[in-house]
Amino acid sequence: MRKEIVIDADGLHYTPLNKKIRSAVQDGVSQIRIDNVLGQRFIADGLKGEVTITVNGIPGGDLGMFMSGPTVEVFGNCDHAPGNTMDAGEIIIHGSSGDATAHSMRGGMVMVRDDIGYRGGIHMKEYGEHRPVLVVGGNARAFLGEYMAGGLVIILGLQEKRVLPDRGIGSGIHGGEIFIRGDVPERLLGVGAKKAEATEEDKARIIPFIRQYAERFSVDPSRLIEDGYTRITPASGRPFANKYTWE
Amino acid sequence: MCGIISVIDRSRSGMDGSSIKKALSLMDERGSGEGAGYAAYGVYPDYAEYYALHIFYDNLVEPKVAVDEILRKWGHIEDQEEIPTVEQPDLRRTHIPWRYFFKPDISLMPGSRTPDEDIVMKLVMQINTTIPGAIVFSSGKNIGVFKASGWPEAVADFYQIEKYEGYIWLAHNRYPTNTSGWWGGAHPFNLLDWSVVHNGEITSYGTNRRYIESYGYRCTMYTDTEVVAYLCDLLGRKHGLPEDLMVRAFAPPFWDEIDQMPDEQQRLNQAIRLTYGSALMNGPFAIVVATAEGIVGFTDRIKLRPLIAAESGDRLYISSEEAAIRRMEPALDRVWMPKAGEPVIGRVRI
Repeated sequence: MRKEIVIDADGLHYTPLNKKIRSAVQDGVSQIRIDNVLGQRFIADGLKGEVTITVNGIPGGDLGMFMSGPTVEVFGNCDHAPGNTMDAGEIIIHGSSGDATAHSMRGGMVMVRDDIGYRGGIHMKEYGEHRPVLVVGGNARAFLGEYMAGGLVIILGLQEKRVLPDRGIGSGIHGGEIFIRGDVPERLLGVGAKKAEATEEDKARIIPFIRQYAERFSVDPSRLIEDGYTRITPASGRPFANKYTWE
Repeated sequence: MCGIISVIDRSRSGMDGSSIKKALSLMDERGSGEGAGYAAYGVYPDYAEYYALHIFYDNLVEPKVAVDEILRKWGHIEDQEEIPTVEQPDLRRTHIPWRYFFKPDISLMPGSRTPDEDIVMKLVMQINTTIPGAIVFSSGKNIGVFKASGWPEAVADFYQIEKYEGYIWLAHNRYPTNTSGWWGGAHPFNLLDWSVVHNGEITSYGTNRRYIESYGYRCTMYTDTEVVAYLCDLLGRKHGLPEDLMVRAFAPPFWDEIDQMPDEQQRLNQAIRLTYGSALMNGPFAIVVATAEGIVGFTDRIKLRPLIAAESGDRLYISSEEAAIRRMEPALDRVWMPKAGEPVIGRVRI
């Protein structure tokens, strides 16, 4: 039997809010709805288990930090770094999110319906089976995938007026891959990044995530699947080898 | 890490301080309880023609006698009083906030195009550098800064800011990092018409300070943001730069971006960078500057601090967090993240 609870977060500080979430998960609750969220940071941080959390409102920064397993669906915009160092699970954002979205993420998926701020996917990393994914329906701002060490970033750029991510894409990237729909001018690449047109094989890796996005947000996936993508990867495994070390 | 929020009502309708207090308190996590403050425009309608000088006194004897004397030499004190305050359990009173309504005698500054402002600016610098135990922290017409060491809600209740009505409010919650927290180091920083709140760090402070001090300004507050208020006064008032070009001088485009611009834009941006190289601010920052005509918000060029803007009817909000804005106004017409280095400007309607 599915157990469900509702928490009214109006005027509630994040510490008692997170205590309520944790004790509910401990009691075997599998569905939590949190209403009237406004600015509470650290929601579901470090949380483990199989639970789906619906957040109604505007949460504060670091939503789902260190989270390992749960699904958090936010109906509103997120502040900085949702999915910070997240280990497993999903964060679905029905809106936009702030700077450093998916910061240092290690596994699981962050899916943003609209735009993300600066430094999306900064220092994402992967190990073995753990491969984090950031899917953005709209656009990203500058320094997308900065210092990225692993994982997958997909920028769909869905708005009518298409604006490419700003300068410094993949600045210092040394692992992982970034896909951006359409072409990306060379001058927007950061130091240590290189670009190529995505091959059919490359595209086959991102199509399942495009379908997931399209299904979740009721968008027609056909054009997104047909269009060409630019794949941005590290120019080398040690882009700053000559900058900081002498061999 | 600090928290900032500001609002302008373009129709000049007054807003009392109660809702910005709630919004700033929502960002308590961004401060450490060692500094918070508010600036409001339009709060002294009965004295609109006078400069409202807010001063922190260490005592009311030596420093105040010296300030009274210098003010009487340079003009006329229409009125003065202790700024009304209410003791708060978690706010330690270390200064006595006092206010004067002052009119400078412009015949004493011949040859100046803005004699009254030049006199007030000179007096602020003179008092702050030569009279121990007195610091002028607000000196505009119809403008009041209310700040102290404490949490946002404690400082608001201390000054009872819900009793003031302004059409522009700036608010700041401080997390002191490079210098210790004290009343004068709390934001907003003000000089004449200009008030500034800032989240971040001006790492070019040394360069900016040497530049601004060569024009007669003196930095006395032991923290970097002060220099921004004086740079605004120099570039905005004395040099007459509009807000967008002022921001361009503080956070100019990179040279490689300038190279991509059409010819005329290239020449303008090169001229600004060459003329105002010493006013360029380095380091992470999100800043909101206010004057009686409006507010302008901007960040550093590579966006190392957050800034969100929103509109609802006649009101424009600029803040560190969207949640804080929604605490003031849940129903917003538009919310957006301004581009790094590009100003968001809200002007009153004329």
